[in-house]
Amino acid sequence: MKMEFEMDTYKSEIKPTWCPGCGDFAVLRALQTAIHALQLEPWNILIVSGIGCSSNLPHFLSTYGFHAIHGRALPVAEGAKLANPDLNVIVTGGDGDGYGIGVGHFIHAMRRNFDITYVVMNNQIYGLTTGQASPTSEKGMKTKSTPIEGVIENPIDPISLALASGATYVARTFSGDVKTMAELVKGGIEHKGFALIDCLSPCVTYNKVNTYDFFRERVYDLAKEGHDPTDMKAAFAKAMEWPAVQRERIPLGLFYRNKDLPTYEDLEISLRKGSPVRQSLGVEDPDELMAEFL
Amino acid sequence: MSKRSLALRVGGAAGDGVSSTAESFAKISARSGLHTWTYSSYQSVIRGGHVWTQVRGGLDPLLSHGDDPDVVLCLNQQTMDVHQADVPEGGAIIYDVDSVKPDPTKIRKNVRLIGIALRKKAQTLSPNALMRNTVALGAAVQLFDMDFRHVESAFKDIWGDKKPEVAQQNLQAAKLGASAVVEMGGSLHLGLAYTNEAKYLMTGNEALCLGALAAGVKFLAQYPMTPASSILHWFASHGPKYGVVVKQVEDELSAMNMAVGAGFAGVRSMTATSGGGFSLMVEAIGQAGMTETPLVAVLVQRSGPSTGLPTKTEQGDLNLALGAGQGDWPRAILAPRHPEECFSLTAQAFNLAEIYQTPVIVISDLYLGEGFRTVEKLDFNVPIVRGMMAADGGTAKDFRRYQITESGVSPRALPGTKGFQFIGATDEHMENGELISDVLAGLPEFVEERRKMHEKRMRKLDGLRKDTPRPEIWGPKNADLTVILWGSTWGAAHEAILQVEEREGVKANTLEFPTIFPFHVEETLQLLRGVKQSLAVEGNYTGQFARLLRAETGYKPDHFYGRYDGEPFASRDIADKIVEVVA
Repeated sequence: MKMEFEMDTYKSEIKPTWCPGCGDFAVLRALQTAIHALQLEPWNILIVSGIGCSSNLPHFLSTYGFHAIHGRALPVAEGAKLANPDLNVIVTGGDGDGYGIGVGHFIHAMRRNFDITYVVMNNQIYGLTTGQASPTSEKGMKTKSTPIEGVIENPIDPISLALASGATYVARTFSGDVKTMAELVKGGIEHKGFALIDCLSPCVTYNKVNTYDFFRERVYDLAKEGHDPTDMKAAFAKAMEWPAVQRERIPLGLFYRNKDLPTYEDLEISLRKGSPVRQSLGVEDPDELMAEFL
Repeated sequence: MSKRSLALRVGGAAGDGVSSTAESFAKISARSGLHTWTYSSYQSVIRGGHVWTQVRGGLDPLLSHGDDPDVVLCLNQQTMDVHQADVPEGGAIIYDVDSVKPDPTKIRKNVRLIGIALRKKAQTLSPNALMRNTVALGAAVQLFDMDFRHVESAFKDIWGDKKPEVAQQNLQAAKLGASAVVEMGGSLHLGLAYTNEAKYLMTGNEALCLGALAAGVKFLAQYPMTPASSILHWFASHGPKYGVVVKQVEDELSAMNMAVGAGFAGVRSMTATSGGGFSLMVEAIGQAGMTETPLVAVLVQRSGPSTGLPTKTEQGDLNLALGAGQGDWPRAILAPRHPEECFSLTAQAFNLAEIYQTPVIVISDLYLGEGFRTVEKLDFNVPIVRGMMAADGGTAKDFRRYQITESGVSPRALPGTKGFQFIGATDEHMENGELISDVLAGLPEFVEERRKMHEKRMRKLDGLRKDTPRPEIWGPKNADLTVILWGSTWGAAHEAILQVEEREGVKANTLEFPTIFPFHVEETLQLLRGVKQSLAVEGNYTGQFARLLRAETGYKPDHFYGRYDGEPFASRDIADKIVEVVA
């Protein structure tokens, strides 16, 4: 089949600045593959990111992008989506950005069930600030900010958090398998509602624990074990396996999907007039409006 | 000589219906044809405490809520205790004769004590006596000889078609109060000739909402905070009809960031808050400055620091607005003085934000934002100028979103426009949006590039300076004293100047600043040349505006009068200060 947009159409002229071997290359490739497979018009995609190594991602694609401040990509994306719901809005960033400084927005964006796809490159470490603990760093992990006895907090589990907060498409993938990652990202973009794709994306420079090998030895495919992604209870049970309970088996794939819930945009009264960006400005009936004050 | 104005003060505990009673009276006053001005002194409490509202009505345009009230309406004993001594000769105090006791030693002579069995009379209409304040309101209307059909229409507004029986009951209650006054000697005979031609009555915040609507706002994200919450409330009920997306969000970080996202996507976008919320917004508003995203941020000040006095007024957040966000970025700060300017400056703020692709801050305060004032009919036919768009004539091939230009303004493209894709970045960037920050910073070529890009952004201040309202002198030329002011202090200062001229023959005028920033240095220096002696009046401790004036012009006001006790300036106090300084 002849496609209108070639794979390269989606690539910008800017070369990624990530370390050789960084897991984020796979995520970039998966995202590019997904939007290519969907043949989305590059000018109708807006990719919003925060701050961190992974948040540089929008620069490497040829879509519209907004490289926001640290932790605030989601509200920027929500504002843009409400202003122009016709845009395909994708948010990218890291675990520090989304699960640390921005975790409040993360929860609220999910409970609203925005039609937004959130791709998190989770490397369980702060890379750009040179190796401090992140909200998903494993307990006991020694980092620059926890050099003596390691991390003493429990890690955030984004999958359980997403399920509890009302996300309607919840998946986890691994940079060691770009093909599956691309499929799950594509599914997330196609999904009408909030999609979280948590990508285990190893930091080869600062995280010497959660490496490609670490994951290869432990990951398994939920689909192959017969998990039913429409079953929320089963999704919670699978989510609880790691990191909460043990670290030997790590489930990957689609935990949960609910196609039957309205999106935030569906419920927003003011969007019934159409996309706000296309509305005429000003007031046609000022006398009627002023009469309220008489 | 008959009086030209009247004032009613309603007091009680929170939950007694003080504000609804006062608002009804304000409506009755405006519909009687009086210029009307209210001030509410309330507390951060839902039930109990002591709250009061003063409503002033005048045959001539008003400049403040006035000083001593002609009538005090006491819904509890504390109101009597606190306010009984304020009623001047010829006035009256309305109270429940069964539960409130006046102290004759504190009351001035020839003040009528209108003790009515408010509760008992209300109970004849409904057992819970909910309408006792309505009985009292009826008494006040009778004391002022106002037309009762305005009472009827005010109640109709409140209960409308949904509860006509409640409106009817309240009208009966008001009539009970009025008859009691007739039995007790009738009205105060103030002799005001009401025109009964209704005037428009609104708060500064409502006028600001109308200005935003007239300018075509399509997005408001906000987190509740006194005294900005009424902006959210007004838009929540009125916005959808005009296609305005109105969102209460999780915090002010989100509110500002959503406004940035909406502005970036291409709608006219705003947020509103008070000082505490604005403190949370500063990083994100700087983001709008850096990414050259238009938006309007409304800052309705209250008493700080920190949580401060949530229900009290102040002008203490000017430094916050001036310094919000790390680094230098171009901003405009507009300070409306009255509701008409809340409307016009807000509408203008949206044009400035889009023409210069940067945030514009509208700084107001509780006294202006929440007080009701009568206004002339607002003109919704405001110009709408959306600024430079790349797709209008430009080609995608040549498009550089952050192109370095003489004006500092670059062609803008909205997501969805074919071929003009770019990245808006909060890191320092090149003309095409590509980052300088990570692998290029410090290379000689990019040291230069950064300098040029920073200067490009900051050049927008020159245009903003040209397009913003100039400082103004009000009052006589060759005055002995010039009062320097900004914002809501305007009214009390004008009134004070009229008072000192009449009382003491002192000639004073004002120098006032609808635009705080960019500062109009040349124009200000020009106006200052005619100033003999000056008194800066503002609602804060350090003289935040006076310091800005000095920093921008080298001019130091001779005297400073700051108020930071939570109360608005009273014309009487400014007048005394003027006399003290001139003498």
